[in-house]
Amino acid sequence: MEKPNRAEEQYRLNKELAQMLKGGVIMDVTTPEQAKIAEDAGACAVMALERIPADIRAAGGVARMSDPAMIKGIQQAVSIPVMAKCRIGHIAEAQVLQAIEIDYIDESEVLSPADDVYHIDKHNFQVPFVCGAKDLGEALRRISEGAAMIRTKGEPGTGDVVQAVHHIRKINREIAALSALREDELFEAAKTYQVPLELVRYVHEHHQLPVVNFAAGGVATPADAALMMQLGAEGVFVGSGIFKSGNPAKRAAAIVQAVTNYQDPKQIARLSENLGEAMVGINADEIQLLMAERGK
Amino acid sequence: MSGEKPWIGVLALQGAFAEHESMLREMGADCREIRNKQDLTENMAGLILPGGESSVQGKLLRDTGLYDPLRRRIESGMPVLATCAGLILLAREISNDDRRGFSTLPVRVKRNAYGRQLGSFTALDDFAGEGLVAMRFIRAPYIESVLDDQVHILSRHEGKITGVQYRNQLALAFHPELGNDSRIHRRFLEMVRCAG
Repeated sequence: MEKPNRAEEQYRLNKELAQMLKGGVIMDVTTPEQAKIAEDAGACAVMALERIPADIRAAGGVARMSDPAMIKGIQQAVSIPVMAKCRIGHIAEAQVLQAIEIDYIDESEVLSPADDVYHIDKHNFQVPFVCGAKDLGEALRRISEGAAMIRTKGEPGTGDVVQAVHHIRKINREIAALSALREDELFEAAKTYQVPLELVRYVHEHHQLPVVNFAAGGVATPADAALMMQLGAEGVFVGSGIFKSGNPAKRAAAIVQAVTNYQDPKQIARLSENLGEAMVGINADEIQLLMAERGK
Repeated sequence: MSGEKPWIGVLALQGAFAEHESMLREMGADCREIRNKQDLTENMAGLILPGGESSVQGKLLRDTGLYDPLRRRIESGMPVLATCAGLILLAREISNDDRRGFSTLPVRVKRNAYGRQLGSFTALDDFAGEGLVAMRFIRAPYIESVLDDQVHILSRHEGKITGVQYRNQLALAFHPELGNDSRIHRRFLEMVRCAG
């Protein structure tokens, strides 16, 4: 067999791990106990971080990569994949996360950016990266840097789904527009999106991103999750929405089932009953700090 | 639903089920997603248990009420193709997990046997009756031992068992749905034809 080089093979395996997560819910957790609650509720992966986005927002100051000891505690507590966040452009934080064998790194706008120009060259890593995007250009730029999975940015820590909806609709609309172009118009599209022609050609031919695309940012209820799935997300990240609510275990399990049964309103109705208080939330247009504007 | 043609059910609770569907469709087989009990009809002739997270799929099988009817069908001889998480759902014993799925396949498996994502790999190994097959292992399990002499070992990687067949159950630690090689799905469709 002709052997593709090791880096290409690893990148393909990394994209395929994201394929295995599809139809699932990835939950933010801050302790091994929360990680266990998430796993028992049916999370397909957990995101280990010291503070959930709502608390990062409330605390202010610089938000950094979590303590590796805390991440390792979570890795030991669960059997599902464990993800963790590094700051945008922070190569050394990403190296630390790779050194402790994290399953996925989220180069995340939720943390304070470490570099105001450059994202990490993710081709230099063996572990996979997921990155946020507000539009098709951002998604393709992150993929050209080596991201193996994309998620909408949404507006983290708000409990307001409006920005995630805006982002996924925009990405879908731009994919449709790109797919409708003539082949001789793709060169100009590559210039507009500031991405390699081959990625533009891929989207033109396949009418989708070359990696899995999840929804993230502001998902707080089973109906929010079903909405994002109906809009074409392949799975959902839930950050502050679970452990900032009245009954995390019940809400987490309900959101997991809502992602599987997103086309079944009767089920969503049943799942939405008696979940206790949802996270209070802030309207995305009332906040000072727009995390989604970090990293273009 | 009499008069309906036989079709393959693909368990679509979580994971890489769409990849199995597109492979089956390319081969001309009729397949449908199984998400709840109403999706099960008499003419379902085979079942695919896809890759994903076995803990999630196992929980959703019970939440949706699919567990009992699917287990009855597997026990009564309906052909099953199980990949990765699917293998874990079929296994009678799991050496490093207390959760159990259908427990219809007499093998002992080890979950995440090659470690975390950095341990994921590809291999070119012999698969009984098919020759060399390029296999993709993603946070994969392997089979530590078989618990019944009716279990046929179909493939190994560096000595560890990665593929078996026991009566109507074809179970693999790797992902034949990723890529273009449809030989294993063809073999499964042949099992479905023979059972029908």
